[in-house]
Amino acid sequence: MALFRRSAPKPVATANARRSAQDLRVGEAGTICCLEDPEMALKLLEMGCVPGVQVRLSGRAPLGDPLMLVLGDQEYTLSVRASEAATIMLKE
Amino acid sequence: MAATLSNPTTVDAAASQAGPRPVRIALIGNPNSGKTSLFNQLTGLNQKVGNFPGVTVDRKTGVAQLTPGQRAEIIDLPGTYSLYPKSLDEKVITDLLYDKTADNYPDFVVVTVDASNLRRSLLLFTQLGDLGLPAVLALNMMDVAERHGVNIDLPALERELGVPIIPMNARNGIGIAALKIVMAQRLDAPPVRCWEPDEKLLPMVRQIRYYFDLHNDYLALHYAQQYRQISFLSADDKAHIQELTQQYGFDATAQQAAETIARYARINEILLETVTVTRTEQREPVSNRIDRVLTHRVGGYLIFLGILFLLFQAIFAWAQYPMDWIDQGISALSATIQDNFHGPLIRLLTEGVLAGLGGVLIFVPQIALLFGFLAVLEETGYMARVTFLMDKLMRPFGLSGKSVVPLISGLACAVPAIMGARTIESWKDRMITIFVTPLMSCSARIPVYTVLVALVVPDRAAWGIFNLRGVALMGLYLLGLFSALGSAWALKKVLKARERSYFIMEFPVYQWPRWKNVGLTIYQKVQAFVLQAGKVIVAISVLLWVLASYGPGQQQETAEAQVRRAAPAQRWDDAEVSRRVASARLESSYAGKFGHLIEPAIRPLGYDWKIGIALLTSFAAREVFVGTISTIYSVGQDADMGTLQQKLSAERDANGQPFFTPARAFSLLVFYVFAMQCMSTLAVTYRETKSWRWPVAQLVYMTGLAYAAAFVVYQVLA
Repeated sequence: MALFRRSAPKPVATANARRSAQDLRVGEAGTICCLEDPEMALKLLEMGCVPGVQVRLSGRAPLGDPLMLVLGDQEYTLSVRASEAATIMLKE
Repeated sequence: MAATLSNPTTVDAAASQAGPRPVRIALIGNPNSGKTSLFNQLTGLNQKVGNFPGVTVDRKTGVAQLTPGQRAEIIDLPGTYSLYPKSLDEKVITDLLYDKTADNYPDFVVVTVDASNLRRSLLLFTQLGDLGLPAVLALNMMDVAERHGVNIDLPALERELGVPIIPMNARNGIGIAALKIVMAQRLDAPPVRCWEPDEKLLPMVRQIRYYFDLHNDYLALHYAQQYRQISFLSADDKAHIQELTQQYGFDATAQQAAETIARYARINEILLETVTVTRTEQREPVSNRIDRVLTHRVGGYLIFLGILFLLFQAIFAWAQYPMDWIDQGISALSATIQDNFHGPLIRLLTEGVLAGLGGVLIFVPQIALLFGFLAVLEETGYMARVTFLMDKLMRPFGLSGKSVVPLISGLACAVPAIMGARTIESWKDRMITIFVTPLMSCSARIPVYTVLVALVVPDRAAWGIFNLRGVALMGLYLLGLFSALGSAWALKKVLKARERSYFIMEFPVYQWPRWKNVGLTIYQKVQAFVLQAGKVIVAISVLLWVLASYGPGQQQETAEAQVRRAAPAQRWDDAEVSRRVASARLESSYAGKFGHLIEPAIRPLGYDWKIGIALLTSFAAREVFVGTISTIYSVGQDADMGTLQQKLSAERDANGQPFFTPARAFSLLVFYVFAMQCMSTLAVTYRETKSWRWPVAQLVYMTGLAYAAAFVVYQVLA
């Protein structure tokens, strides 16, 4: 399964660390590359967070969490917690 | 014929056409795909349509007239994104579709698909098709899709998917007629398979398939995935599947993910050939622009608070006018009857039935407003935004944003609120939500609050804009809210999590509420309140009147004679004598004896035996309290004593001082904020948790809390 990178030791945050949906700035978009957390992935996949689909961070809740993600070209909005968004890895 | 008679809902239809039982059709689709609207259009059976994902928490059925001679039984299923259930309400679906021999296994399914969001909607459809269920695809929200510039080549899509497709718009009924015609025909299972289990899985899948005699491989794979949760499998069956999955090293999670991705790949291929998108303009959807205001970091909370404030204002200020009319109307009616007729039966009618009934009817305006308000919030899609705003705030208390909806609905009634908690995926979050929801002040407490607050809090303006009584009521509601949060926090420390909690949710698009639905909700709730609560309240009122009017042996007469003998020496005037006579008679009645029996237990809270009777009768349902005290304080009184309010303020203690002092009234109020006095809530908690531990814990905890808090309040204020 190339889909999962069974999250081994968390990579230290460096300048070129891989980015997740959590790291997007409001209004910025990225393309999903893979999902880190196998169990969470099942739910995210069903809701349309499939590798190759574009995600755009359209806003954050007032306290910074959860996030509002707009998915794909068909424009629907998901609400996910920051910790969940952190498992959605983006392509470079 | 004999076979169909066993199922009562089909008897009627079977008799009219004298053929086999009517077709059974299940409606299934993503949340917010217009499934419930379609159900209403098909059956005409009025039920709630909401905009919050998962408002259809239970399976609902109705009968549709497909053609003049043919009827069908329609089952409405909760919205889901896939056939792998992630929460309890989604499990309803697999429970129905896995067992072909079950009584209510559908003959075919109608899959509602959001045409403006085809890719994700088709995922569920392809799973259903692969299970070998005959299916019709109801392509809903065609208008939205057209506005987005989505063009769908329907004949091509029909060929690819192998099922009939009906374009429609369920909200205004377009396409319903065409759908009924298709539904009236016998359908075969779709010939197309979208995805099939991998070669490597086949040995295990086939063994399960032949062991359970299943009709296809994909269903067998679902057994391997979910055998732990399938309710109709025996322990032996489950052990057998577990053995097989271990033997073949079956990785359920990886397989499910691979399947979903493979399905999306196939769906993309299909859509590439059948759908063209011609974007006219790249404009931000209106919903997103509304969201920017309603979920603003400051404005969002202010608007939410404003909406809550409006709710309280409506319930406690605006509802007052119709309530006064009802109260005065009942008193006037009662007085007219007593002026013109006499005798014990008339007294039973006015002091028992009318007094009790008045106690119910007076709260209709408040309950109607509350349920109407909540229905509008749900219909517009605002509730989903509230969960989004509140998630971070709720988490320290062991709750999730999704707990906010049950908690707010708990302001109306804990019973539907607790059922609504099914949409919470995590077991721990859900249990905590269920446990604390009854602490939210429900509409049944409104009668108690209104009467007692009006008794001891002056009707004065406070800080210019607020009314002092309104502030007191708001305080009681806040007390309920904070006790719910505090209890949740404590429970979070005690309970162990069974799985991870997550919060992935789709935002429904904002839409205008369908006023017909709001009206229907109000009508149904008020009717249920008046009929169900009303029956109990009137029955208890009548029983109480009998118990309070008659006593054992000659005791009442003896007590009356004693008062009359003492009267000349004490220089009481006539009014005082008749008041004391009434009181002495009540005290020596059956009800009075009963109240005296429990008085020692409640004396530390400031209550006497009269309140004791009310506490006992309101154990089954708290709204009975007002009916009870209005019956107790009416017995032996003249009808021109006026409204309940006046009766209560006229009540005197042994020293001739007003009985309902602020200390007593607040002690009672606090008792009612906390106490678990609702049989229906206990029953629904049992049903939802499938264990007696939870309702018993709720009862003990809440009643204990109520006693302790009322004790402290009385001792401090008295």
